[in-house]
Amino acid sequence: MVSGKGGTGKTTVATALAVALAEGGRRVLLLEVEGRQGIAQLFGLESIPYEQTHVAVAPHGGDVYALSVDPEAAMLEYLRMFYNIKRGGTALKKVGAIDFATTIAPGLRDVLVTGKAGESVRRRNRSGDLEWDAVVMDAPPTGRITRFLNVNDEVKDLARMGPIKNQAESVMRVIKSPETAIHLVSILEEMPVQETLDGIAELEVQGLPIGAVFVNMLQEETLPEQFITDGTGLGAEQVSAGLEAAGLAATPGLVASLQQEASDHRSRVLLQRAERERLDAAPVPLIDLPYLPSGVDLRGIAHLARTIREQAPRGRR
Amino acid sequence: MTPPSLDIDTILRDESTRILVCCGSGGVGKTTTAAAMALRAAEMGRHVVVLTIDPARRLAQSMGLTELDNTPRPVPGVSGEGSLDAMMLDMKRTFDELVEAHSDPERARQVLDNPFYQSLSSSFAGTQEYMAMEKLGQLRARADEEGTWDLIIVDTPPSRSALDFLDAPNRLGSFLDGRFIKILSAPAKGAGRGIGKVFGAGFSIVFGSLNKVLGTQLLSDVSSFVQALDSIFGGFRKRAEATYALLQEPGTYFAVVAAPEADALREASYFVERLSEENMPLSGLLLNRVTIAPADSLSVAEATDAAARLDEQEIHPETAAVLAMHAETLRAEGRQRGLAEHFCESHPAVAVAVIPALAADVHDLDGLRDIGALLADQPDHESFWDPATA
Repeated sequence: MVSGKGGTGKTTVATALAVALAEGGRRVLLLEVEGRQGIAQLFGLESIPYEQTHVAVAPHGGDVYALSVDPEAAMLEYLRMFYNIKRGGTALKKVGAIDFATTIAPGLRDVLVTGKAGESVRRRNRSGDLEWDAVVMDAPPTGRITRFLNVNDEVKDLARMGPIKNQAESVMRVIKSPETAIHLVSILEEMPVQETLDGIAELEVQGLPIGAVFVNMLQEETLPEQFITDGTGLGAEQVSAGLEAAGLAATPGLVASLQQEASDHRSRVLLQRAERERLDAAPVPLIDLPYLPSGVDLRGIAHLARTIREQAPRGRR
Repeated sequence: MTPPSLDIDTILRDESTRILVCCGSGGVGKTTTAAAMALRAAEMGRHVVVLTIDPARRLAQSMGLTELDNTPRPVPGVSGEGSLDAMMLDMKRTFDELVEAHSDPERARQVLDNPFYQSLSSSFAGTQEYMAMEKLGQLRARADEEGTWDLIIVDTPPSRSALDFLDAPNRLGSFLDGRFIKILSAPAKGAGRGIGKVFGAGFSIVFGSLNKVLGTQLLSDVSSFVQALDSIFGGFRKRAEATYALLQEPGTYFAVVAAPEADALREASYFVERLSEENMPLSGLLLNRVTIAPADSLSVAEATDAAARLDEQEIHPETAAVLAMHAETLRAEGRQRGLAEHFCESHPAVAVAVIPALAADVHDLDGLRDIGALLADQPDHESFWDPATA
């Protein structure tokens, strides 16, 4: 499960993680659950249907398939699979029951979506092997993740007995099992870090399995340490001399512009470091991902996937 | 291409502007932008209330919002003749108050105690949007009655889609009008097994399916809840419709906030199109956190080459690093300009304001003032659209 505050690059990280997990001939399913078609955008596709779609090949022969979970289709599939309700499905749709279940009923949408993920994790192919080596979900944002994952617990309590309760319990078993990891994506700014820390605390209280925090869009620190720590070491004369040595006219305007940029960079680096310290104090491993100056494209995703593999804890790939 | 420039000061100063709604996808800086515009309007002499949804802790503190209590409170430190009140939305409390206002105490208790209601009021995807809309209606009514505020600025929930803010209330309304609610409330009315006779054969199938999936006990729980809520639903629907109509009134404006990223701009596009379909007035696009290269600048090639020359000779490593950084800034600016132009070509009539990215987080009134000034001073950012002027 990959969650994170809006704007932190959750979808990008989930996709890169799927590619990283697929490396070496594995089959990975990437699930989108909020219908934003963000994964499709990354691969330059119009949209991804409620049907596994081959989207990427990983190094050394792995495959990534994506699927966008449509709650309505999931509901009809669910009725068919578990209750053998076919005609009823159409009738339910006609009177607005499906609409009710997927948009208005508290949490039912989340039950359907997590149910689909649970089903994918357990699914076996004809030869009896697990269909997927890993399932990666581009999950709802951090602010809603605990509720989203706990929805089955809530439903279990509401239902008390009967088929829904059994279904909810079995999904909850998958979510709470040691095979599940909930990763949070953050960038080193105040609010996303705060949300990540709050999210970790919430998940811990609920006994949900936390994975790692992916620290995304890290700005590379290229300026000398002395300049970062005390703001000295980049005087106008120094910049002028450098520009002239490089064969450029060191106009006062240009020198001032570059100094300003350096000083903005310094502020960002200082902020980054302060926020990093707050994350360091949290009881979870951190995985650093660089800022991609040319934007997120396939090459960028491959680069992030490699970076993830390099930092993955041994034994957990 | 350079889009029409958004003149935010004219809109904020204009006394006929009564409501300004800030929309956009999550993580683009809606709350901060809404707060910055509210402060700017207040310091122009207007009496403003800003409704925020889940602001960053330090930003909330700087506006005197220390607890989530659903009440507008004056923001200290606002200069001039105007005033600024701020509040944070308490979704559950707003919903509870709504139930209480639309039913007798006994029925209200029934609803508030029902486990389904408790789940609905705190987790239903869309409740936040619905309650933000409801709160807006309440603030407007109070402004009209007491003359407290002449401008209401609303931040919208961090939804999956910016359109959710417009759609959630209607969704609830259409459910209330639908036949499904009648079926759900049937068992509580004692129709039970005879439901086919009352509603026809189609309903029998539906009811059978529901029973199969939910189980008898759960179905009867849902049913009694829906029935209890049914009697007060009419009131909800009317209010939702009234507030929606408020959004179409003259004096209401929408500002769409986006970051210069493909995702956020795509959402902004959907929203702009939707507003025009609904005849809702758009004031413009606020393109937030834009990378703008400084006025005196080099080209990407010049900066890259110069950095390479210094690196080769292993001299002036600091200047080489700054030059490399400068090249990166220019590339980022170019990419963001491309994305922005793509939006503007599809929506040539939409006025745009760019807000340069700040190096640090905003968490005090001065920071909000800075954002307001950057937003108002569009000629300063002309070089973003036309790098030749730099």
